Amino acid sequence: MTKQIHLAAHFPGVNNTTVWSDPRSGSQIDFESFRHLAQTAERGKFDFFFLAEGLRLREMKGRIHDLDVVGRPESLTVLSALSAVTTRLGLAATVNSTFNEPYEVARRLASLDHLSGGRAAWNVVTSYDAFTGENFRRGGFLAEEDRYTRAAEFLQTVRELWDSWAPDAVAADAATGAFVRPGGITPFRHQGRHFDISGAFNVPRGPQGHPVIIQAGDSDEGREFAASAADVIFSRHSKLEEGRAFYRDVKRRLAAYGRRDEDLKILPAVTYVLGDTEAEAAERAAEIRRAQVSPQTAIAFVEGVWGRDLSGHDPDGPLPDLEPELEEGVSKGRAQFRGDRGAVAAKWRALAEEKNLSIRELVIEVAAPQTFIGTPVSVAAEIDRFVQTDAADGFIFVPHLTPGGLDDLVDKVVPILQEKGVFRADYTGPTLRDHLGLAPRPGPSGLAPHPKETS
Amino acid sequence: MTLHLAVALDGAGWHPAAWRAKGARPDRLFTAAYWAELVIEAERGLLDFVTFEDSLGLQSSRFEGPDDRLDQVRGRLDAVLLAASLAPLTSHIGLVPTTSTTHSEPFHIAIGIASLDHVSRGRAGWRPRVSPRPDEAAHFGRREFPPLDLSDPIVTRHVRDLFGEAADAVEVVRRLWDSWDDDAEIRDVATGRFVDRDRLHYVDFQGEWFDVKGPSITPRPPQGQPLVTSLAHDTLPYEFAAQGSDVVYVTPRDRAEAEAITGRVRAAEDAVGRSEPPLHVFADLVVFLGDDAADRKARLDELDGGALASDALVFTGTPERLADLLLDWRAAGLSGYRLRPGTLPHDLTAITRGLVPALQARGAFRGAYETTVLRERLGLPRPAGRYQKAS
Repeated sequence: MTKQIHLAAHFPGVNNTTVWSDPRSGSQIDFESFRHLAQTAERGKFDFFFLAEGLRLREMKGRIHDLDVVGRPESLTVLSALSAVTTRLGLAATVNSTFNEPYEVARRLASLDHLSGGRAAWNVVTSYDAFTGENFRRGGFLAEEDRYTRAAEFLQTVRELWDSWAPDAVAADAATGAFVRPGGITPFRHQGRHFDISGAFNVPRGPQGHPVIIQAGDSDEGREFAASAADVIFSRHSKLEEGRAFYRDVKRRLAAYGRRDEDLKILPAVTYVLGDTEAEAAERAAEIRRAQVSPQTAIAFVEGVWGRDLSGHDPDGPLPDLEPELEEGVSKGRAQFRGDRGAVAAKWRALAEEKNLSIRELVIEVAAPQTFIGTPVSVAAEIDRFVQTDAADGFIFVPHLTPGGLDDLVDKVVPILQEKGVFRADYTGPTLRDHLGLAPRPGPSGLAPHPKETS
Repeated sequence: MTLHLAVALDGAGWHPAAWRAKGARPDRLFTAAYWAELVIEAERGLLDFVTFEDSLGLQSSRFEGPDDRLDQVRGRLDAVLLAASLAPLTSHIGLVPTTSTTHSEPFHIAIGIASLDHVSRGRAGWRPRVSPRPDEAAHFGRREFPPLDLSDPIVTRHVRDLFGEAADAVEVVRRLWDSWDDDAEIRDVATGRFVDRDRLHYVDFQGEWFDVKGPSITPRPPQGQPLVTSLAHDTLPYEFAAQGSDVVYVTPRDRAEAEAITGRVRAAEDAVGRSEPPLHVFADLVVFLGDDAADRKARLDELDGGALASDALVFTGTPERLADLLLDWRAAGLSGYRLRPGTLPHDLTAITRGLVPALQARGAFRGAYETTVLRERLGLPRPAGRYQKAS
């Protein structure tokens, strides 16, 4: 059977994928940029629009990293504003489960779901670092190994809050004088390792019941969490073979939770470049990558991996003849430079020697190349091939330009996918769950008996 | 000088039985369209701003905690998000959501209100409030609060602590708004730098209740400092307002009391050594308007099983008579009013289409918006960032 493709739009982020030096690059903060990109995605009948989050400005060598885009608005606030200027597009917010509390997150997501008529999604992320914690009451209170146990319990608690209002709790019956139907609101009590809370939730159940849950973790724990609880995975595996391996691995975990393959959509984050010919697209892709890796950015990448100050080095010269400093590191607030930096450094050195690359040439080579490069016809064919051969259920497109970075994808590639019959010609339902083909969440009575319900 | 007029929006209106009034739309309280109609109407009436109530627990007829009543509106949308959803549908009116400083993180509040200011292009305000109720604390499970018996000295201390914490929260939020200089974004291709990091500042707040490092993740809001407003009934909250607010809402019952309260507000300003422009003092009034206002209110009282209890004076009468009252009390040192419509949309429409023309006819209210920026409407300059070096 031909699979239907799902597409999402990612607002350009605070890393070097976003090219701010291009004269066409617009504001990263003005609402018009968000409006343009969201309305473009909706014109293209995309499933949803996605905003990332970071709760502390990134630092390099003890100072704020200044080479990439810096600064962004609070995601749920912007998405609420976008709900007023879009009608069908899903609205996905990244919200941290470490430096928030379930009651507040549950009510904010339920509020967005009401305001948007059932289009809210939550990308559940975890962090544990004391660095980010310095902006919050509790500081770095969470051990790294606990971040998924807290995230899982957080999500479970939020679902309990959403379920504490029956779908028909608001009677608003002036004749009988019942605003709330008797038994419509069930008191909640959650006692667990991370949360011990009780009382009454104060937002009625949203149109989707539960907003769509997105998860981006890639570790074994993260995959298991996604398989147990998420509706969508934001994946990093954008190459065909590794995409298939990831897809198989995650989907096979679903059965253990009584879930079907179609209950969890796998959407890798991808980039693209179009041209009238393959050669033109390739040339444009190379130009964009040079713009993404300025001389200063090239040095900063090597500093991130080497964990030392290399500011005196020539970006057009060879890699430094120094061993990486593997203890402390120089980068804070980004996942990119965690992990085995020694192995990465060895790999980079080998590659630079083999191809005789300067620092900048090396970084251009190793910084993720665009996923899809070609003519609209060939890119559409590739997108379809990835999905039909189970490397993905669709994609989250990350444009390199704000705000026009998806214009040509929507104008030139989407119509081809629609013509092939693999992508919707129009929305068929009002909610994001409808777009994603997810079953509606059963009402609370379908999950657990509530004695008060029958009173 | 024009009078300043704000409207406080909450549920179906400020009478607990308002949702049962003729013309009410109780089945739509949780839809965007309901709020859009109200705020567009308020903007048509050239009002200064609208406020949105919020709390971290169910509404209640009791101050001390929840009740079991199902015959009144229960449930609210998050006020910041509600305000944000209205920003693209309006162009002039100020949007002022309420948030709790007791349970919400100051950092999250700062970026939420800053983002509201960005999406509304300079129309955001904020009403910080404390959340003393023990049931609300149990929703977070991080602190235990005593039962709210106001005669208990423990409760007096508890409330004083919450206001102390709220004052710190306002200070942190204001520092975070200033933590980006206006010209921090430089996009200097030659040096490869998007920002000048010397124009981003750690706020390094350390206090009794929390420490916050900064800087904000959100660039400085268009107004620099969005409008901060707070409701106050006594010396402690007057001083809280004097420390960190731009507007204070007070609840006099008559003109003499309005004079007494403005005197106490000015004394509070002196007591805390306020250096900013003096507080705008707005009187809060619950209003039922029209020839049949008293009858409408009486009918709702009957439905609710008792007369409307309010911290603010409840006015019933014609818009003309309300205009008389507002102009009379104004001489007590008030710069404006925050009207709480008894029922929605009826009493809001009576404000915009009855009261406003009555005030305009007396030369006491604007005939058009002069600015889209909320601070400017209140005559407040755009402050330079506190960390910005003079250039």
